[in-house]
Amino acid sequence: MSERTSARVVVVTSGKGGVGKTTSTAAIGAALARLGDKVVVVDFDVGLRNLDLVLGAERRVVFDLINVINGVAKLPQALIRDKRLENLYLLPASQTRDKEALTEDGVGKVIGELREKFDWIVCDSPAGIERGATLAMRHADTAIIVTNPEVSSVRDSDRIIGLLDAKTEKAERGECMDKHLLITRYHPWRAARGEMLSIEDVLEILSVPLLGIIPESEEVLRASNLGSPVTINAALSAPARAYFDATRRLKGEQIAMEIPSESRSLLTKLFGRKAA
Amino acid sequence: MKLFNLFRSGGTAPIARERLQILLAHERSARSEPDLLAVLREEILAVIGRHVAFEPDKVQIKLDRGKSVSTLAVDIEIPNGSRVGGVAPQYRRLTLDGGDSSMNKQVA
Ligand SMILES: Nc1ncnc2c1ncn2[C@@H]1O[C@H](COP(=O)(O)OP(=O)(O)OP(=O)(O)O)[C@@H](O)[C@H]1O
Ligand SMILES: [Mg+2]
Repeated sequence: MSERTSARVVVVTSGKGGVGKTTSTAAIGAALARLGDKVVVVDFDVGLRNLDLVLGAERRVVFDLINVINGVAKLPQALIRDKRLENLYLLPASQTRDKEALTEDGVGKVIGELREKFDWIVCDSPAGIERGATLAMRHADTAIIVTNPEVSSVRDSDRIIGLLDAKTEKAERGECMDKHLLITRYHPWRAARGEMLSIEDVLEILSVPLLGIIPESEEVLRASNLGSPVTINAALSAPARAYFDATRRLKGEQIAMEIPSESRSLLTKLFGRKAA
Repeated sequence: MKLFNLFRSGGTAPIARERLQILLAHERSARSEPDLLAVLREEILAVIGRHVAFEPDKVQIKLDRGKSVSTLAVDIEIPNGSRVGGVAPQYRRLTLDGGDSSMNKQVA
């Protein structure tokens, strides 16, 4: 493998729980892999790991992040290669051991080692603002802030933005954290009726550039039931197209922002999708 | 009037937006306070530590924000005979009060 000098560490974070961090980590990680990059998704949710389940790898977990930190296992022993995408790997979180084992030095070393092997290191943060969440963002180059258009989620995102700008290595070096907003579970018709905060409202309040808008969709539930992210299993569905667009923007491509809808996805199913 | 607007606009999103804007403006300004306190704490303790020895957990620093005046209270317990350099301490408890006067030294 050629030397990789430009590995990017991305943290997927939110403050509030249940907004779609794990779903988005899996979907974007798989999308990056499908676009040809070498990707590892890292689960930081110690004690409540779920990324393995969403990726359908739950029965293949032998060693985890904390085993690697403690020196019980070597990194390659803990990495699980996806069965469908050869460029996609998972570093699972520990399910039982206590969170104190997640040390700053240990995490720093593992991230450093991953940087040498992968193009993208996508870190699934736990909810909250405690140790697990701050360690997940600690070494990040880029942050994806997952927000639902709803008051408590927006408030918590604002809090997380404050932490990203203060408590990360990048911030402490005096650099500006590269931040992107991913709005998930969006109901276009509710926003249109003024029942839900609009995209403009959220952007104006948080003033972070928009990475994408993921509509609320049954496909996401189906995907987690099957253990296969929408970007692998239902690539033409509305949420998958939204995740692919977001992923391309993350890679620096300029793509017009649109809110994919199910009806259009039916059309694209019928008439095929023009190559992007 | 507000109720009327609510019916007319058909949604509660504008209210959500307004509440968030007010709340976040407040929380963002409050966020810098703990940091100020941490800086003050570190620098004050460094200065005092040059002259007397004390235990870090016997230090209390409080910042009370008032409407027009805020008070900074520093309370440090100093064991007898803790003067750095071997000279007997002249006071056992040091209180800095930033309310109105600049600094009070007290003999406990
Ligand atoms: N776009 C979507 N449409 C429908 N359901 C969704 C969507 N995104 C996420 N969900 C569902 O929301 C729930 C929470 O998602 P997920 O586990 O990804 O959130 P999380 O932020 O990782 O949660 P936690 O904070 O507990 O780690 C899951 O049941 C998931 O299937
Ligand atoms: Mg999660």
